[in-house]
Amino acid sequence: MGRKLLSYEQKDTWIDRLCGVTKLIFFLCWSITSMMTYDTRVLIIMLVISIILFKISKTQWSQVGSVFKFILFFLCINIIAIYLFSPAEGVKIYGTETILLGSGRYALRAEQLFYEFNIILKYFTVVPSIFIFIVTTNPSEFAASMNRVGIGYNAGYAVAIALRYIPDIQGDFRKIRNAQMARGIEMSKKGKLTDRIKSTTAIIFPLVFSSMGRIDTISTAMELRSFGRHKKRTWYMARPLKRNDYITIAVSVLFMIIALVITYADGSRFYNPFI
Amino acid sequence: MKKPVIEFVNFTFKYRTQVEPTLYDIDLKIYEGEKILIIGPSGSGKSTLSNCINGLIPHIYTGEMQGDVYICGKKLSETSLFDISCMVGTVLQDTDGQFIGLTVAEDIAFALENDCVPQKEMFARVDEVAATVEVKDLLESHPGELSGGQKQRVSMAGVMVRDVDILLFDEPLANLDPATGKRAVALIDEIQKNTGKTVVIIEHRLEDALFCDADRIIMVEEGRITADMTPDELMSTDILIRAGVREPLYVTALKSAGVSLKPEDEAGQISTLHVEPYAETVRTWYHKQPEHQKDTPGDEVLSVRDLSFSYDGNKKVLEDVSFTIHKGEMVAIVGKNGAGKSTLSNLICGFIAPDRGEIRLNGEDISPLSVKERGERIGLVMQNPNQMISKSMIYEEVALGLQVRGVPEEEIKERVNSVLKICGLYPYRNWPISALSFGQKKRVTIAAILILEPDIMILDEPTAGQDYRHYTEIMEFVKEINEKSDTTLIMITHDMHLMLEYTDRAVVIADGHLLADSTPAAILTNDAITDKAYLKRTSLYDLSKACGIDDADGFTEAFIRYERAHREEG
Repeated sequence: MGRKLLSYEQKDTWIDRLCGVTKLIFFLCWSITSMMTYDTRVLIIMLVISIILFKISKTQWSQVGSVFKFILFFLCINIIAIYLFSPAEGVKIYGTETILLGSGRYALRAEQLFYEFNIILKYFTVVPSIFIFIVTTNPSEFAASMNRVGIGYNAGYAVAIALRYIPDIQGDFRKIRNAQMARGIEMSKKGKLTDRIKSTTAIIFPLVFSSMGRIDTISTAMELRSFGRHKKRTWYMARPLKRNDYITIAVSVLFMIIALVITYADGSRFYNPFI
Repeated sequence: MKKPVIEFVNFTFKYRTQVEPTLYDIDLKIYEGEKILIIGPSGSGKSTLSNCINGLIPHIYTGEMQGDVYICGKKLSETSLFDISCMVGTVLQDTDGQFIGLTVAEDIAFALENDCVPQKEMFARVDEVAATVEVKDLLESHPGELSGGQKQRVSMAGVMVRDVDILLFDEPLANLDPATGKRAVALIDEIQKNTGKTVVIIEHRLEDALFCDADRIIMVEEGRITADMTPDELMSTDILIRAGVREPLYVTALKSAGVSLKPEDEAGQISTLHVEPYAETVRTWYHKQPEHQKDTPGDEVLSVRDLSFSYDGNKKVLEDVSFTIHKGEMVAIVGKNGAGKSTLSNLICGFIAPDRGEIRLNGEDISPLSVKERGERIGLVMQNPNQMISKSMIYEEVALGLQVRGVPEEEIKERVNSVLKICGLYPYRNWPISALSFGQKKRVTIAAILILEPDIMILDEPTAGQDYRHYTEIMEFVKEINEKSDTTLIMITHDMHLMLEYTDRAVVIADGHLLADSTPAAILTNDAITDKAYLKRTSLYDLSKACGIDDADGFTEAFIRYERAHREEG
């Protein structure tokens, strides 16, 4: 059946053994840092750490490959769009202008290249950590972890339920697609794009309607077992924090603070090599 | 005198969205420790009655109420849903849909989590209740790894973990194969006997549910309680037939032979029935039945040779399966869930490719054909019509298969109209599909496949979840299609009645192997086969033996033929 995309797989690594909540805190610290900083030195350090962690977590390329390509595609669109809409953004930020090629509005400027290079770096620092978080966290722990960092358990449970039903809905999808293909609706790459878009609706409609039924059943079942009775609830799968968890959380928070201090030391969140 | 735990006093209920009440003047007392079976056709109000017991009415489904309902002495309308759910544990029909947790242990613990029970206590309680329903080895499993029967046990554990007083089962047999259903009912019975809890079972598959040794049966018809008596008493009336609920086969057989049952015959279960006074009558009836002439089979349509398949190259889902299907036949493919039935139909339709073996259609090897090409010759009708319907109007849905094949519009119109006429849908051709009933939607999906004029049509569980009336309606329609359009039909099912009543032959798959290929009557009277395939021996077997008829297969066959002839007359 092959490995499922972006699904949890138990591996005996120390990252795997950490509590979900620890990984969530690390992930949050990491993302916040990466979002805030444009300091190239910090970003490069983060990139190196990301790659090392990715290796340690033993995440397989087959688990994340196609999603990674998808993100790469967006990254390309993103940097092209920035260039199209604001080709001199780098000049505004760094305060100098070094034209490398051409002239006029779309002249290629060193500052712009450097700025977009930073954006690419940001993507590459965050993406591996998302993957690590998703493929090393037992889904059963997601909701409990989210609840622990202060997110309401309703929201956390919505995520857990979604995870619970993804395989079922994938199964439904496959069944519906097969039946529609047998009726002659072209789904393969042979068909024209417009036909394929049209035929996708032949799957989506039945899928949505049959999923609605599921939602109805599950909410009744939850209701009958007192979901939402109290403001709080306990978690069967909650795990106590261990020594490694405390260390990881401390290191994550410390790293965030140091990184942000370095970033903002000169009053701007951009590292400027041009002055 | 025991105290009533559920009490309806002159209770009438009307849903907010409906004009007429769904329940009228219900007076009902259910006492502590009783085992009650509530039966009735679809739409009779039996589900509404159960929703009043578990508090979904009036807390989730609102409406107008008159009269009162008391659950454990508390007035329904003044008790919160949370409090009711601590007294009444409900196991819903959909074994898969009500599985909330990501693993068995979490699902069982769900109610405890919501009650803020400390984790340590939770572990102990989950372990204990998991042992009671025999799922202790499965605590770490994901729902996808469980069978329907196991999921149902988990659901039972999930409500029992709270120590409720009343266990309410909403059609517990609907999604289970016959043997698993029998075990489920036996487990319910055992739990009831051990714990003394009150058990209420809503079910329309009466014969299988009777196995739980119910104290009373409540019949609901058109919103009213029309019978409240012991199973033995009920079997001696014709209330069931009148209400459109299927009688146990042995009861119908006895009545067909001219026996009129009395309460003291204890016909509530075949094992308690005193058949001796009637044995002579049954034997005489049996010997009067005309000899059956075997039809000569038509040409071969589908032949499957040495078919093997595995998903991962190791574990064989199917191994060396061979059988032949002849033109115009109605054949059942049976076996428990996960035996390989769906894999077999996926292979025939070409969704997956076999590791070994071949499939021939009209003598031609179909392995080079694409899914689309096969689809023109082998039609697949899915179990749930909602999973097939992608258009909003009937005409469009039925025309879809021809439109994507570029058939001229004039011809499409002509063919759609003729198919709609065959399927009895012509008057509705311009209706939106959303206005149709389940059975009508099923017809639409059959029509949408029939229009491609396939040689063979595969129906996946055509009657799953349907009550006797709808079952008969769908199957009579399917039979008509078979006769009118000479389409060969393969039905994937675990409904033993469907096998017996509507198919000429059954191919039994167990653990990936072909276990039997014979008449349904022969299969269902053979213990060796029924045990392995998770079927249940038909009660006609026990009846014939009890009446001193050795040829149980012949007796079953004779009765089924008699029934068919009877149905055609009236």
